[in-house]
Amino acid sequence: MKRIQNIGLVIFLIGLSLFTGTIFTGSFHLSPSALDAFIMEKGYQNEIIKTELTKAFVKDDPLTIFEFSDRVRHAYEVANNHYDLLIAQYDDEKNWDKKGEQYQYKIYGKPHTLSFDLAKIAGKGYVKAHAGLMWMLTFGLGILGSLLFILPNLILLGKAGIKNDGIYLKASTNRGWIAWLVLIYLVSFYLLLYFMPDYVVNWTFIVDPISLFLNGGPASQWFVYGFLYCTIMVVMALRMYIKYRGNKYQVMRTTSVLFFQIVFAFLIPEIMTSLNMPGYDFKNAFPLDYDFFFDWNLDDLRNSGSIGLFILIWGIVLTLVIVPVMVYFFGKRWYCSWVCGCGGLAETLGDPYRQHSDKSLHAWKLERWLIHAILVFSLVMTLVTLYCYFTGSPSFLGIHSQWIKDSYSFLIGAWFAGVIGTGFYPIFGNRVWCRFGCPLAAYMGIVQRFKSRFRITTNGGQCISCGNCSTYCEQGIDVRAYAQKGENIVRSSCVGCGICSAVCPRGVLKLENGPEKGRINPTDILLGNNIDLIQLVNKREK
Amino acid sequence: MKHIVIIGNGISGVTAARHIRKNSKNQITLVSGEAPYFFSRTALMYVYMGHMEFKQTQPYENWFWAKNKINLKQGFVNRIDTDNNCIFFEDNTSISYDQLVIASGSKTNKFGWPGQDSKGVIGLYHKQDLEQLEQFAPNNQVCKHAIIVGGGLIGIELAEMLRSRNIPVTFLVREKSFWNDVLPDRESEMINKHIKEHHVDLRLSTQLREIKANTSGQVTSVIIEETGEEIFCDVVGLTAGVSPNIDFVKDSNIVTGRGIKVNRFLETNISNIYAIGDCAEQQEPMGERKAIEAVWYTGRMMGETLAQTICNHRTAYHPGHWFNSAKFFDIEYQTYGWVWAKPKENEARFYWGHKNGKMCIHLNYDKNTHEFIGINNFGIRMRHAFFDKVLTKKKSVSYVLAHLSDANFDPEFYKKYASEIVSKFNQENNTSIELKKKSWKRIFSEA
Ligand SMILES: Cc1cc2nc3c(=O)[nH]c(=O)nc-3n(C[C@H](O)[C@H](O)[C@H](O)COP(=O)(O)OP(=O)(O)OC[C@H]3O[C@@H](n4cnc5c(N)ncnc54)[C@H](O)[C@@H]3O)c2cc1C
Ligand code: SF4
Repeated sequence: MKRIQNIGLVIFLIGLSLFTGTIFTGSFHLSPSALDAFIMEKGYQNEIIKTELTKAFVKDDPLTIFEFSDRVRHAYEVANNHYDLLIAQYDDEKNWDKKGEQYQYKIYGKPHTLSFDLAKIAGKGYVKAHAGLMWMLTFGLGILGSLLFILPNLILLGKAGIKNDGIYLKASTNRGWIAWLVLIYLVSFYLLLYFMPDYVVNWTFIVDPISLFLNGGPASQWFVYGFLYCTIMVVMALRMYIKYRGNKYQVMRTTSVLFFQIVFAFLIPEIMTSLNMPGYDFKNAFPLDYDFFFDWNLDDLRNSGSIGLFILIWGIVLTLVIVPVMVYFFGKRWYCSWVCGCGGLAETLGDPYRQHSDKSLHAWKLERWLIHAILVFSLVMTLVTLYCYFTGSPSFLGIHSQWIKDSYSFLIGAWFAGVIGTGFYPIFGNRVWCRFGCPLAAYMGIVQRFKSRFRITTNGGQCISCGNCSTYCEQGIDVRAYAQKGENIVRSSCVGCGICSAVCPRGVLKLENGPEKGRINPTDILLGNNIDLIQLVNKREK
Repeated sequence: MKHIVIIGNGISGVTAARHIRKNSKNQITLVSGEAPYFFSRTALMYVYMGHMEFKQTQPYENWFWAKNKINLKQGFVNRIDTDNNCIFFEDNTSISYDQLVIASGSKTNKFGWPGQDSKGVIGLYHKQDLEQLEQFAPNNQVCKHAIIVGGGLIGIELAEMLRSRNIPVTFLVREKSFWNDVLPDRESEMINKHIKEHHVDLRLSTQLREIKANTSGQVTSVIIEETGEEIFCDVVGLTAGVSPNIDFVKDSNIVTGRGIKVNRFLETNISNIYAIGDCAEQQEPMGERKAIEAVWYTGRMMGETLAQTICNHRTAYHPGHWFNSAKFFDIEYQTYGWVWAKPKENEARFYWGHKNGKMCIHLNYDKNTHEFIGINNFGIRMRHAFFDKVLTKKKSVSYVLAHLSDANFDPEFYKKYASEIVSKFNQENNTSIELKKKSWKRIFSEA
């Protein structure tokens, strides 16, 4: 059995290496006619870009993606520089008309994105030509290897029960060298994905056929990400099923997040795109879905007829009505641990790292500051955006709309939610984003803390302060601090994953929804002692 | 302002300190030789098994003590001078006190077996024991075989620990079935099976005669009393119970028996000295309780109670209904009220077991009045508050059965067995108890 696992590991690593290796393959060349067509399609008014790009590609030597990217970005720079200089010049001359004219010639968007778009057309090579085979060698081997690694645990781990043996003894799960390697890989992955998508254009070639089948178009880097996301979740969900097979709550919850990721986050938007509708993830609630009220999205929805209108209304109702009502009845777990995609990845890929969340009081303070600050940030951004959208002015309250959107997308959307949120799993634990960053979690947390039926009930005086619950709380809640006082756990950050209840060796914790009265029950003397003393002291404290 | 010195930073000493702090401005010094900060002894196993790091067994962050003005003093006390209100440490330094609380816990029992002090013979009580275990049984290369002597709760935990590192274990149990002096036969038998399922070589009705060591004093084998069989091993775990850790008290004027003798107010014979937790021995045991109860919960309750007395609100220790819990490998166990190994004269029993052999409940009630006396539940979690109320209100066994859904504390979506249990009871006793639907109102209604 161990042999099979080792073989699986090797196969997985081969798949991963091939996947990574594809980045360096292929050659990129653009014919003048293809270039013309591209520029036409984009509608660039810029004169220089065409000459610059033509210059970049005249030499017939095949380029690697890195050289290709260099040249495109150079062309981009030169082309824009030209007009920037003119702008500066007219500015000096105070020739406002002329100055204003120049803006239409500028090329907007990120240089790496332009390079990606061009590379998509320009790419040739083995990967592109043999997408199916390459899929087998990368995704296929990765999946096969993982399964060979994971499935034997059904036998190796023995009978159903808590399977945390050795977590703090292994380099992979105890912040050892393996964990650091995983961190570096994940962080690099996100940096490429968000900031240098052209470098990983070969990955899109691997899944082009799948994308074509699902939405009728070639794959973008986001398609790769979505597909990979689902694949990883499926594989790691199998791991969850095996690890927690004695615990029905975990099995149901895992199935639920898997379903919502695959169907709602992945399939439905793809199919909608293929039907010429805006691809929308119906479960992705604002303000987690921070660009819902961005002008391009609103325009898109308004131009999409009745489905667009439906999405607009649904999105608003989801955030304002469904989310708080569901949190009232079930706690925010209904979203964070049963529906959400970020939560879904955290609970599958991230499960081996859940113990790394910081339980200190210090971290709790930081959490409250940070998450609420981001909630405010997202709301201010939306307010500014909406004001500008409806009035047409570029700024509101002295805040430039484009600037605040870009800042949020960059700092929160890309860096916090992606690079740090997922990249740092192996060291900081699997819910860094959900705990410190997610504005939707902050919003639901406020409802959960003050107006909800959900709580984790502490079973009288049964706690032995062992600390398993706190250790495995991915949200860094010091569960034991409440349990050992006989107090129920009512915390805004609790995502109701149910692991504290699972790992507790004394049956102390139960997630449940019940009447609000008695939900918060500060106690000084625990059940089990003299009843008169309990009453006396607990009254005195109140 | 008085100076309260507490010897022992276990659950009882720490609980006392916390509650004294809540209720007074007294100066508090918490003394321990074992570890600078309070940790949960019950979690030692999880450290070895790699579920937790040692620092995670500490329920309070290190700043907690200074912030609450609880002075910590690390060192072993070896003498108490009750005439001069002074305790002395190994290094001959001393501290004087106005009131002294002894909460020194337990130590591993050793019954004078030959070779019991060899290297590789360990107990499982103190942090140092864990360090020893890590040294002598880091893996199954260094420790090719381990013997555990004594079939109680700590013994089975040690077995689980060693098995987590794939170390072959032989488990010597004196009783004819595991923990059979506490558990009724059927539960005990269920655990026997479960132990074997985890590939432990369980030897029932088997005692230790002798531990053999090589010339460098390292254990090499044990000899079985009954058969004379020699079993080779690298580690011997002694888990045949614990007894009060009070050697340093013996030479003082404080009266001791097996433990430090205390009255209902946890006062010793010396007026400003108290004893709580594992080391305290009640002069007259209360009700069905033993004079020494070496469990977590009673230590905590004594700490809660004594703090009241020290803060000028003299309160007798008067614990409520008995409860306890444990985990045997994968099987959780809870108990509320009393279920003796053997039924008493006036008692009737009802047992339900799941066919998977990992779940059962055992009810104890009065034959004549049908008053509920206690429950053992294995593999099913039950609500403490529910049974506490039932016991206080002296409800009948049929009340308990009818309200089993209120009592259940299993996680959501777990299969419920209440109706199966109730119908089995009805069948066996010709009754027609009907299971009531779970009611939040009842669950929350005041006792
Ligand atoms: C492995 C294990 C698992 C257990 N599991 C459970 C369980 O699941 N449920 C349950 O109810 N109970 C359990 N127990 C029992 C429970 O842990 C004890 O009853 C409880 O810890 C006793 O607390 P205490 O405060 O009285 O003493 P202790 O926790 O023993 O604390 C006493 C402290 O005093 C120190 N001390 C002693 N003498 C001196 C001295 N002369 N000078 C300075 N310091 C001194 C000791 O070093 C120690 O730190 C378990 C015990 C063990 C060992
Ligand atoms: S896991 Fe259970 S027994 Fe351990 S500290 Fe948490 S609530 Fe208490």
